[in-house]
Amino acid sequence: MVADTAASRIAVVPRRPSAAVQVMAWLARRTEAVAIPLGAVLVGLALFSLFLLALGKSPAALVDLVWRGGFSSAFALQNSLQRAAPLLFAALCVALPARLGLVVIGGEGAIMLGGLAAAVVAPPLSAAPAPLVVGAMALAALLAGAVWIGAVGALKAYRGVDATIASLLMSYIAIAIANHLIEGPLRDPTSLNKPSTLPVGDANMLGPMPGLGVHWGLGAGVLACCLAWLLMERTTLGFSARIAGGNVRAAQIQGLPVRRLIVGFTALGGACAALAGFFEVAAVQGNANATLAAGYGFTGILVAFLARHNPLAIPPVALALGGLEASSGLIQRRMQLPDATILVLEGLLFLCLLVGETAYGRFKIFSPHLWASKKEAAA
Amino acid sequence: MSQDLGLWTVPLAVIGGAIRVSTPFLFVSLGETITERAGRINLGLEGTLVFGAMAAYATAVVTGSPWAGVAAAGAAGAGFGLLHGLICSLPRVNDVAVGIALMLFGIGLAFFLGKPFIQPSAPPLPAIPFGFWSDLPQVQAALRVNVLFLVGAALSVALWWAFRHTKAGLVVRVVGDSAEAARAMGYSVTRVRVLATMAGGVLAGIGGAYLSLYYPGSWNEGISSGQGLMAVALVIFARWNPLACFGAALLFGGAGALGPALQSVGVSSGYYLFYAAPYVLTLGLLVATSSPDRALAGAPGELGLSR
Repeated sequence: MVADTAASRIAVVPRRPSAAVQVMAWLARRTEAVAIPLGAVLVGLALFSLFLLALGKSPAALVDLVWRGGFSSAFALQNSLQRAAPLLFAALCVALPARLGLVVIGGEGAIMLGGLAAAVVAPPLSAAPAPLVVGAMALAALLAGAVWIGAVGALKAYRGVDATIASLLMSYIAIAIANHLIEGPLRDPTSLNKPSTLPVGDANMLGPMPGLGVHWGLGAGVLACCLAWLLMERTTLGFSARIAGGNVRAAQIQGLPVRRLIVGFTALGGACAALAGFFEVAAVQGNANATLAAGYGFTGILVAFLARHNPLAIPPVALALGGLEASSGLIQRRMQLPDATILVLEGLLFLCLLVGETAYGRFKIFSPHLWASKKEAAA
Repeated sequence: MSQDLGLWTVPLAVIGGAIRVSTPFLFVSLGETITERAGRINLGLEGTLVFGAMAAYATAVVTGSPWAGVAAAGAAGAGFGLLHGLICSLPRVNDVAVGIALMLFGIGLAFFLGKPFIQPSAPPLPAIPFGFWSDLPQVQAALRVNVLFLVGAALSVALWWAFRHTKAGLVVRVVGDSAEAARAMGYSVTRVRVLATMAGGVLAGIGGAYLSLYYPGSWNEGISSGQGLMAVALVIFARWNPLACFGAALLFGGAGALGPALQSVGVSSGYYLFYAAPYVLTLGLLVATSSPDRALAGAPGELGLSR
């Protein structure tokens, strides 16, 4: 802010900056958006290394295991991508409402309900052709998630209920309802040790993506991220949402339908999270059971914040965290560390990232005005 | 020799359960009241609660004294509060997001450090048998009141009084209602808020000590299921009034005790649904007491939540 006012005072006669200056200024802004989160991640890793050293464990060994467990071989990469797929959807459930200034953290419940809805519609349709059944399953999941998280948005828009707390409560309620149904009315009587719903049927299962060996959730997730980016950055709707997220009163004065925007964006986020559940059922598990609530909803929060709610940044971040979680088992076995090691690291990264928010605009080297004035001085 | 009380067992178990289950809600909500009265919201108290539970249990196992455990939990809570307070004092940092991060960090760290303490058993906190006058074991069980519950009850009265009648209480309220006014009076807004967040962390940590050292009375990774977050919602419902927090905590405790109470008389279907009762109650109360158009009555003016 200080740089802004200083620069505007110097530039008395406004001149149209040359193309080169514009490119430099654009580059400076973009570099800042990448450099600060990366710097925060490095600081987080450094702190975690100190933590490991204090426990007498080697940070280098951990890095090596994460590389081997998550990225080094085709098999490891497949495993990481498989874990990244639900994270893409879970992160969108955070990033889309975030455009409106809402912090929604209830994706876990929407994933569970989406998976359950998908698993429930399949058995009655067993006579129908497979594409129809899969379509119906996806639709059921989308609806369940949209209604559940959309309700959080509606409570915010029409009753003023805080979306963060409401979404987490809704998530607990969703998981309770889903567990009740899975162990009660909807239980497959033959599932003895692990209560599950009736299987969706092998014919209705989604195969792997050709050449990758990873289920279609990954492709759909990347596509969803691209579509979300288009919606946010290239449509009037996304622009309206950004205005409403920045200043509700200004948006209302402009006549923007703030309430409908809130309900729409939260419903869309919920639908995305529910798709993660759909793919877990239709491509991995084959039925709905308690393991649908595997924590993807919570890791998704971290993914969205690391990506700074930019949908195009979500896939690489999701891959990184998917790889980190894929290597968890290896870290436990080889280093005799508890399974919560990854949780500690993730929490630390999250904290460092938020502290990093304060660094934006602090470094002169990233200021577009610096580059503009340098060029002008040279000219 | 237990007499058959029939359906009376359920309300009796709910009352006893309300006293037993409400204590963590009470401590966390009192802590959050202090923090929010100073104008900050700390959603990380769920993490502080879990870490406090772990720290108390581990300390009690090692030293053999449950009260040392309570002290350790309070100290750990102060640390987490200080961290939250300091990070949120940086410009442009969102206190809600920091709370979520600290919640995940606190839970992760508690699971990490608490792994070796899942097996050993710790000495529990003492309880006072107020049900000595009755022959009925159910009544005796319901009226066994833990010392921390009494401490919490006294604390809510003391805080209510302090917010009205002491200088410290007034300073916290001024900082929470108008940072400008506090600055004009010469108080450091940042320092007051950091201290208020620390005080909130101490209480939340002690709430965690109750979980692991009395009820349910063991350390495991499922020890808290959102009590810390529900307590934050409870503060809104209680309108930032410590006395109302006490009543609200009892209500939430009763809702939480409904599931086990019904199970004890043989109602076993819908197990998960009864356990969801506190969440439904919290959400219902939030919906009923929120308003889309105006700030909530009694809300601190600087609180992001009510803006």
